[in-house]
Amino acid sequence: MQIYRSHVLVCGGTGCTSSNSEKIIKEFEVQLSKEKIDNEVKVVKTGCFGLCAQGPVVVVYPEGAMYTMVKVEDVKDIVSEHLVKGRIVKRLLPKDNMDIDKDDASLEKVEFFKKQVRIALRNCGVINPEDIDEYIAFDGYKALGKVLTEMTPDQVIDSVKKSGLRGRGGGGFPTGLKWEFTAKSQNQQKYVLCNADEGDPGAFMDRSVLEGDPHSVIEAMTIAGYAVGASQGYIYVRAEYPIAVKRLQIAIKQAKEYGLLGNNIFDSGFSFDLEIRLGAGAFVCGEETALMTSIEGKRGEPRPRPPFPAVKGLWQKPTLLNNVETYANIPVIFLKGAEWFASIGTAKSKGTKVFALGGKINNTGLVEVPMGTTMREVIYEIGGGIPNGKKFKAAQTGGPSGGCIPASHIDVPIDYDSLIELGSMMGSGGLIVMDEDNCMVDIAKFFLEFTVDESCGKCPPCRIGTKRMLEILERITDGKGEEGDIEKLEILAKNIKASALCGLGQTAPNPVLSTLRYFRNEYEAHVKDKKCLAGVCKSLMRYVIQPDACKKCGICARNCPVNCIEGDKTKAYVIDQEKCIKCGTCMEKCPFKAIFKNA
Amino acid sequence: MKSLAELEEIRKKALDKINIRKENNGVRIVVGMATCGIAAGARPVMNTIVEELKKRNINDVTVTMTGCIGVCRLEPIVEVLDPDGSRVTYVNMTPEKAQHIVSEHIVNGRICLDYTIGEVEKKEKSKA
Ligand SMILES: Cc1cc2nc3c(=O)[nH]c(=O)nc-3n(C[C@H](O)[C@H](O)[C@H](O)COP(=O)(O)O)c2cc1C
Ligand code: SF4
Ligand code: SF4
Ligand code: SF4
Ligand code: FES
Repeated sequence: MQIYRSHVLVCGGTGCTSSNSEKIIKEFEVQLSKEKIDNEVKVVKTGCFGLCAQGPVVVVYPEGAMYTMVKVEDVKDIVSEHLVKGRIVKRLLPKDNMDIDKDDASLEKVEFFKKQVRIALRNCGVINPEDIDEYIAFDGYKALGKVLTEMTPDQVIDSVKKSGLRGRGGGGFPTGLKWEFTAKSQNQQKYVLCNADEGDPGAFMDRSVLEGDPHSVIEAMTIAGYAVGASQGYIYVRAEYPIAVKRLQIAIKQAKEYGLLGNNIFDSGFSFDLEIRLGAGAFVCGEETALMTSIEGKRGEPRPRPPFPAVKGLWQKPTLLNNVETYANIPVIFLKGAEWFASIGTAKSKGTKVFALGGKINNTGLVEVPMGTTMREVIYEIGGGIPNGKKFKAAQTGGPSGGCIPASHIDVPIDYDSLIELGSMMGSGGLIVMDEDNCMVDIAKFFLEFTVDESCGKCPPCRIGTKRMLEILERITDGKGEEGDIEKLEILAKNIKASALCGLGQTAPNPVLSTLRYFRNEYEAHVKDKKCLAGVCKSLMRYVIQPDACKKCGICARNCPVNCIEGDKTKAYVIDQEKCIKCGTCMEKCPFKAIFKNA
Repeated sequence: MKSLAELEEIRKKALDKINIRKENNGVRIVVGMATCGIAAGARPVMNTIVEELKKRNINDVTVTMTGCIGVCRLEPIVEVLDPDGSRVTYVNMTPEKAQHIVSEHIVNGRICLDYTIGEVEKKEKSKA
């Protein structure tokens, strides 16, 4: 076998692929052969490192030096400097890593990675996801081997229960219990499903796992099949994830070739097969009963529970459904032990959670932290804080089903129960950071718009109720809010939660309720004073020229797109509020800072 | 797949593919690869070390490069760093000497005194 002294890992995740990583790989090949070291250095395409906003990402081993925002033109430097001469190309290191010794340039030293514990993402950015041998080299399929040759299904379920693992798809239901319920259902035919629908806007944890480490999900589903007595599995993934789908297809094919899927795996008598089912990307299809209806080939609408899937699921057969990230944890539980897993996290939330950091934060990207890490650590230490020195206002977790955590609770340790106590929820892992410039009524409106769009329309509380709530919010943000609107929102929210058929409707009012809980004053300011304190809601905003500060230069008037500023050399300029479209151009252009927002 | 043993076989073979990316807390061998080092023949020295380690199935030693160490006249230079922080600097390396360092220093734990910077400089002085 060819021996390489150095490996160049280029991220092939969705984020980096869209920022040109394919071309970078090609350029590496060209430059390496130009320097005649293509037989010494190997180029490998991997999955997401989590620093997508700073992509494309390239890591050079054995030093483990991480380069970010690599352009095709930079490849030449990395090859001639780092790979030929052994000198780290400092200008390409991540920002917080600048100006440090080359010996310290490794991945682990980057602030972004220091506080992370990678279990679900253990292989992402480390292995080539299209090569099953690399997964095996990092102990892949060893857990499956151990389970099939040394353990009974009951023992397997017992281990998952002992680990304390809970579902990462949103609800946080104990995974071991779910496996036990499905195992206890008597039937010849059972199914194991993986929920890779990931509809929460802004979330991409599951996509990254599938792209970076597809075999971990395949291995875990096979283990689950053995535990509950199922011989067939389906992975339900949205068609908008083409790279994930392709890597899964390759992985399934390779696993079949090695006999890790198929008949009589590990000579144990256990057989398991796996297929991919594509979803069209409707949010409601992530709901478990809708997902199953969709796999059956019907319109993806939820149905009432009970019966629960463990009793009657796909094609009326007992069915186990878990989320991608939930599965990604399973092999590690068997490799390192349930006790080890249970030693990480808090009393009732074990292990780690992956979050997709977004919004007003410096390091947007994917992070995996132990349960119990505080919001402050995630936002300031890993996330690098809020851009432009702005003040942190709140973080939204749980997407359209969740709520916000205000600044006063920034030191709360994040786990399932603490978030629910605060009126939010863990959700699947979207974490959107908001600063002083965000209007909380506007945020609530954003999420409600999403649920109104995604409601399947089957039941009236959700179909009509959420629409009514949205209308009220639109009225409020338009400056037409009426006395009593806030109370109407609360009554509607309560009724929808109590009567909607599925989780989508039942949780849709949450963003409104939680912003009302912590930022009621903002709602009141909109309704009573017709003011948007953050200056976001355009209808409530005014641009005003301070007469004392105006130097009568006329620049604003010349730049106003609707010609609504009047004045001359003798008197200060004035904005005609009736005509102003609130574009903000005048404020930007005034050289004397005489124009203010929202006075 | 019939057994854990069969999986282990595949794993062992595959390890060669990825070992370089595993975290290593063991010995580090650093080769000076600045312009001076390359001109003096550092590249074949580095490749020899990598191959010798592989031949002997030694997986907990990391081989990396560094820039100019500052004593260009003694290049190629190879440094062996122990996890405990001790450091041995070998100078005027050749592929043959590098082979020796792997078999003696790395495998048997005996420092090749003759090649160390201290010895070489002493000899140079006595000649002068
Ligand atoms: C409207 C709605 C959308 C959902 N979307 C997802 C999703 O995209 N991915 C997911 O894993 N779970 C989603 N869920 C939760 C699933 O119904 C189910 O609880 C979960 O997949 C179970 O896996 P777990 O126990 O491993 O978390 C959604 C639930 C609702 C109500
Ligand atoms: S709650 Fe909404 S999404 Fe769920 S079934 Fe009713 S209408 Fe459809
Ligand atoms: S640009 Fe500023 S200073 Fe000039 S006229 Fe307009 S408001 Fe006055
Ligand atoms: S905000 Fe725009 S439209 Fe309004 S006065 Fe300024 S430039 Fe004109
Ligand atoms: S896609 Fe490259 S770091 Fe996330």
